[in-house]
Formats: sequence, C-alpha cells, structure tokens
Amino acid sequence: MSTIKLGVPSKGRLMEKTFDWFADRGITLKRTGSEREYAGAVDGIDGVELVLLSAGEIPRELAAGRIHMGVTGSDLVRDKLADWDAVVDDLAPMGFGHADLIIAVPTCWADVDTLEDLDAAAHAFRAAHGFRLRIATKYHRLVREFLTREGVADYQLVDSQGATEGTVKNLTAEAIADITSSGETLRANHLKILSDGLIHQSQATLFASKMADWSGLEAARADLMARLKL
Amino acid sequence: MASKAAARARGAQILAAFRDAGAVEIQPDILQPAEALLDLYGEDIRARAYVTADPIRGEQMLRPDFTVPVVQEHMANGAEPARYCYLGEVFRKQDHRGAARVSEYNQVGYEVFDRAAPEAADAEVFALLAGQLAHLPLTATIGDLGVLSAAISGLETLPARKRALSRHIWRPKRFHGLLMRYSGQAPVPETRAALLAGARSDAPWIGLRSPEEMDARIARLTEDAAAAPIPAQTVAALEALLDLRCPAAEAPARLRAVKLDGLDAAIARIETRLAALEARGVNLKELTFDASHGRTTMEYYDGFVFTLAAEDEDLPPVASGGRYDALTRVLGQGQAIPAVGGVIRPGLLVDLEGGTA
Repeated sequence: MSTIKLGVPSKGRLMEKTFDWFADRGITLKRTGSEREYAGAVDGIDGVELVLLSAGEIPRELAAGRIHMGVTGSDLVRDKLADWDAVVDDLAPMGFGHADLIIAVPTCWADVDTLEDLDAAAHAFRAAHGFRLRIATKYHRLVREFLTREGVADYQLVDSQGATEGTVKNLTAEAIADITSSGETLRANHLKILSDGLIHQSQATLFASKMADWSGLEAARADLMARLKL
Repeated sequence: MASKAAARARGAQILAAFRDAGAVEIQPDILQPAEALLDLYGEDIRARAYVTADPIRGEQMLRPDFTVPVVQEHMANGAEPARYCYLGEVFRKQDHRGAARVSEYNQVGYEVFDRAAPEAADAEVFALLAGQLAHLPLTATIGDLGVLSAAISGLETLPARKRALSRHIWRPKRFHGLLMRYSGQAPVPETRAALLAGARSDAPWIGLRSPEEMDARIARLTEDAAAAPIPAQTVAALEALLDLRCPAAEAPARLRAVKLDGLDAAIARIETRLAALEARGVNLKELTFDASHGRTTMEYYDGFVFTLAAEDEDLPPVASGGRYDALTRVLGQGQAIPAVGGVIRPGLLVDLEGGTA
C-alpha cells in the first residue's frame, strides 16, 4: 500500500517542535533505532510515513515530488524554489521557528536608515570604489527579488553560508541580508536593521507538494487533513 | 511550440532579408566574458543569465542577448556607418513556469551604427522588422525614453536630484518615491530629520565605506533639504507625461500639451521619426505611442523603443528593439556612436504563423 511521505527536519529544535505540533493533534511522530539513525515512525494515523531530512533539503524534495508533505521554514521554500506557489501548497503556519529575513548595515552609517538611503549610498560607493556595494547573504532569490521590486541599484550579492554578520567587519561585504530573531547577533556585530528592510517573516510551515503523485492517496490525505483540522 | 529546426529555418529567411537590406552578418561567441555584463547590469543580469566558469578565461556567461557583443565587436573593429545582422540562440534563466518561458531561443536581429540621421535609422530598423511581420495581426507600440530624459533635464531643481531621477528611469517605484521626496509630498523619515539635526552614531566604525563617504552624503542631504521642493504641478505634469498613451500621430501634440519645459527638441525628434516611418510606408494609424514604453526592460535603451506583440499577453513580444547610444559610450571607453537595433524571435513567429500559439 502506498503512503503519504511526510518530510520532517531530522534534528534539533525544529524537529522537536514539529513532533510537538503533530502530537497536539493526536499524531505521534518519533525517531526509531539508534540516536544516529535517521529512521522514524508514525503512530495514531494510518497511511503516513515519516521521512527525516535536513530542513534545507525539504524544499527540493517537495519540488521533486519525492515527499508529499514537508515541514520547513517558509523562507527556505521561497528562496530555493522558483515560482514556489506553483510547486507547493502552503497548508499551515506552525507557530514556531520564527525568524525575520532583513537587510542590515553598519550602525555607524548614520545616514542610512531606509532602502532609499541604501540605494543612494550604493551609488556613491560604486563611484568611489569602482565596484558595486556588496551585500552578503545566502538568500539570493528572496533578496534579489526584494531589491528589484523596491528599486535598489548598484549593489551585488556575495554568497555567505555562515557567520554572515562578520562579513562587514572582515571587509568582504558592506551590508548583509540574513535571518534574525532577537537581533542580538546583529547588535554584537555593530549592525542595524533598515527600517523598511524586512524582506520576509519566516516560520516553520507545513507544505504539500503539487508535484508528488497523490493518486490512491486521496482518502489518506483527507483523513490527515481532518486530523490536523486543516 | 515550434521545433528548433523550424525556428532556425524561419530565422534564416529573415536573416537573408536583413542581409539584402545591407547588413553584414556577424556571429558573436556564445560564451561572453561575464564581467562586462555584470558591470553593466548588476544583479538583474545574474538572475537572468547563465554564469559559468572557465579555467583560463574566468567567469563566462551564455550570451543573454546580442546587443552587448555586437557593440563590442563594432567598437573594436567596425568602420562607420555599419549595419550588422545575426541569427542565433540566446539563453535566459526563467523564474516562472509557462510554455512561453523558454530558457533558450533564437533571435534574428539587425543593428545600425550611424551618426548621420538617427531618426531615419530608427525608422529603418522598425520598418524592416515590421515588414517581416506584416502578415500577422500584431500590436505595434513605440516610445521614446529621450522624452523622459529631456523632461528630467528641464526640471528647475538641483542637478543631484536630476541625476538621481535619470538613474532610476528604469525603476518606476524608486523613481516615483524620489519624486515624492523631492516635491515634499512624502513625509521626511524621522531618522533623516534627526540626521540633519546632527544625530550621529557612537558605534565603532566598521567596513570599507569610509566616514568621509558618509560625510559627503550628509552634505548632499543637507543641500537637498535646503533646496526648494519640485512644485506639485510639475510632478503632476511629469506623471501625466508618464501615463501618456495615444495614437502615434497624436503624440507630438499631446506631448506639447504637457506643461513641462525642455521637451521641444525631443518632440521635434519624434516628429522627424514619425515622418521617416511614414516615408518608409509604415501606417501611423496602426502605431501606439506609450511614453513609459521601455521603462521596465533592460536599462540600455535610452531613446526610441518599440515592440510588436501578439494579442495573447502571456507571450513575449515577437519583435522588440530600440536605441542604445549610452551603451556604446560605456562599452567604447570614451568613444560613442548612435546605435539602434531590434530582434525578432523566429520560434514565436513560426508558432503564430502555424496558429499554434
């Protein structure tokens, strides 16, 4: 019998919170086997199979249709999938894993507080230094779409997969676009958020793939949706 | 969708017509150095072009269009005046799904580098391309970004404001925001007011941008704050200009009715161009003038612009083109030559001719 494959982050707080969220709805997700083995089981409902994956891989697996449903950050789906809403259904925000994708600049830049300021500063920076103002990020699509929509020019994105807040001090970027929850890391690195620089408010979200083969799974899906009160 | 072979064969027929019109065929490389394109277009092009790495030549791009390599070839080797034609594939990443959103397709194009009579060259390119498509029921739209540039130059305000507006002609949202700021119609952000009152940060200085760069910008903002706002009626006139859409033959009169200074020369150029189009047999009744045409495409067109599009709005234009004098100045390292050109998408043409689109 075929089953609904549910992709869930394989470790950490995101996994635990996801397990809690399903438990609140009478469905028990759990890891099985040894501590290091990525295997899982589902109790309390039939026809659902747990697939433990890295949160970062869940968007791709949804897009490929290799899993039917998945839990991951709404930021990751929007950034990694072109035309994301043609590929997945946004079933439910889950109320945890909150993080804002923002643009931040050095706090010492007293003259830069808005995107309008950033654009003007970028233009002058390019004239002075001979290259475009660098914004370090790993969220290339979201940041580029946002800045294009807002009409900011003369910048370039430079890839930063970690410790992004340190890039300005290390002279590898002039500004950053990254996720933050409390803003503490930004402050510790002498960075401030632009007042209109909020790109996306992310949280853990349950998605359904539009690309997966749902044939024969209609009843199981309806059952699961009913249990989740969706 | 037309097969590549069919698109190619149809493109070859059009290429022959371009050759007959006096153009020399050139075949730019598919792999183009990425640096020049990235420097010109920044992140916009990175989102649209395929970038790849070559161990010797460094970062390369699969050509996203022919204009830049054609200009480079002309600036390096060309004699004047020159007419070029080409047929080949271009490569564009597509961020949205859809049958018409193909990531590699053929373009057949015609480009004119001629100092003598720019408006006649505009008409030559348009008439030649439109003539190849005359058997199809297409909508022809023309515009002229030179009108908007002239309107900005004619404003009585700080040169820095004019430069900022000119820079954002191709970004309508920012353009509108700046116009609201310069006319005092947008509230001054609190942080800007505090900055002008002397507020500074006591955070340690980090990063490559220097305190002197910040001071220079604060000086510009201080100068800007002291300058008179652009009058609301001038802003309204500018917005009326941007919204102008009318039959092409009416464009000069309608533009004269816009209460803005400095448009006379630009309007005269439009009249010259319309006369040149008529002389080439273009029926002006079938042409629409749109003053904002070309504002949301690639930012190298700076004068005459045109598209010929099918009724289905989901389809990209079958033909498009325009004038890109400034691009030749940027790529010519000090040299410049007036240039205008356009392309037809033969694959789309085959679809329309076959009734499959």
